[in-house]
Amino acid sequence: MIAFDLNKSLQGTNGRLILEISCRLEKGEFLSIYGPSGAGKTSVLRMLAGLLEPDQGSIQSDESTWYDSSRKIRLPAQKRKIGFVFQDYALFPNMTVQENLEYALQPRQGKESVKDMIEIMELGELKYRKPQSLSGGQRQRAALARALIRKPDLLLLDEPLSALDHAMRYKLQEEILRLHRHFGLTTILVSHDLAEIVRLSDQVIHLDNGQVLGRGGAGEVLFGQSLSGKFPISGEILAMEKEDVVYVLTVQIGNQTVFAIADESEVKDFHLGDKVVIASQAFNPVIRKASR
Amino acid sequence: MIDWMPFWLSLKLAAMTTAVLFVICLPLAYWLVYGRGSWISFVEVLVSLPLVLPPSVIGFYLLLAFNPSHGFGAWLDRHFDIRLAFSFGGLVLGSIIYSLPFMANALKSGFASLAPGLKEASYSLGKSPARTLFKVLLPNMKSSVLTGMVLTFAHTLGEFGVILMIGGNIPGKTRLASIAIYEEVEMMNYHDANRYALILLVASFLLLLGVYRINHRFFRFARP
Repeated sequence: MIAFDLNKSLQGTNGRLILEISCRLEKGEFLSIYGPSGAGKTSVLRMLAGLLEPDQGSIQSDESTWYDSSRKIRLPAQKRKIGFVFQDYALFPNMTVQENLEYALQPRQGKESVKDMIEIMELGELKYRKPQSLSGGQRQRAALARALIRKPDLLLLDEPLSALDHAMRYKLQEEILRLHRHFGLTTILVSHDLAEIVRLSDQVIHLDNGQVLGRGGAGEVLFGQSLSGKFPISGEILAMEKEDVVYVLTVQIGNQTVFAIADESEVKDFHLGDKVVIASQAFNPVIRKASR
Repeated sequence: MIDWMPFWLSLKLAAMTTAVLFVICLPLAYWLVYGRGSWISFVEVLVSLPLVLPPSVIGFYLLLAFNPSHGFGAWLDRHFDIRLAFSFGGLVLGSIIYSLPFMANALKSGFASLAPGLKEASYSLGKSPARTLFKVLLPNMKSSVLTGMVLTFAHTLGEFGVILMIGGNIPGKTRLASIAIYEEVEMMNYHDANRYALILLVASFLLLLGVYRINHRFFRFARP
């Protein structure tokens, strides 16, 4: 269990903002924090990790208090059992992948943990390489592996996939979900990719300008209704045209465009440039093997 | 046969100054980059001051401070029996102050060039600030460390004004290579002056060449 209630005055790009957020997560839950850039999402993770001091509030992880402004408790970052994956991965350039992982070992923790982790994350081929020679997806996997070595109570992911292309992103989302379940982690993800949030989260907090605008399941928070579809993919509306009784929407997904049909009542809330999620309902998608 | 003593003294002074300055400037630069507080800009100015002050100004104030009949000099003399004026120890102290900006600024830019995530990632893995400094931060700013050390060393070799003011020209004690050249010229002994000068010129050139070569290699390796 992790429960926090945080208050911090921040100097953002659009002036001063007051960040106020509270939440309670049970062990094994996956929370996503969603919102525009400059909303204070990363600051929440940094405060949880002990890298940024809140003005007021408390952080409780099971029996241990990480922070409590009223009791003047402030556990340093080193003492909080967290795994933090940074947006730029922050792998140590002077160490190979394996050395990066070994650096994360805690006192009295055997080197087998590194061996196991390299196996779980399929990093065997890369273990003697320096981070500079890895691709974005490989760095991300190495950073994730390093964060998990100390067996954290809480995994913090700061837009870990934002620099990757769609195919790699999809693959790593699966990977994150698999690890989250495998290690029984409690995870907090900061993201602005709707499909990613829908696919991964149990709970979503919508943060804007430091304030919580909504919280709950992904469907309720992001679309005002629960979403039962399969294969959610996020995209952007490029065009809306009326044809007979329906509207045809042109949606850009990655570097491709797809067409979707919507009726008048749905279209009235849509605007060009809106971020949307496309999901299939009722029908199975057609799958064909790609020719090589 | 030329007298090698001045070169030996110059090298000894440069090596000692570099070693002491590295130890002093490591925490200083760390604090200047990562620390907080209104003191920082004040200290930054103090650190850079020897760059703009004429060496004679520094030498003059040091000479006053070393005076064994007043203040700091008297205190040193009384409690530790140390007299810094016209001694090698005084030269070391003077060089430390004079070369401080070279070491401090190189290390400062080294710390500042590191991605802030590196330090935080190490903390989030449970590692202490000291371990982070020696295992993560310093190994990733090797070229700044090298630049700081060589510039300090070379700058101390080339010192003249400060050491002439506080050290004088005592053979075997405070007569460094740069002073020896001045002395030979004063005595119209251009032949020996030329030999001393040429040796210093070549040594300084090779030293800097080495640094640029090594840094160039670091730079090439650092690129993805």
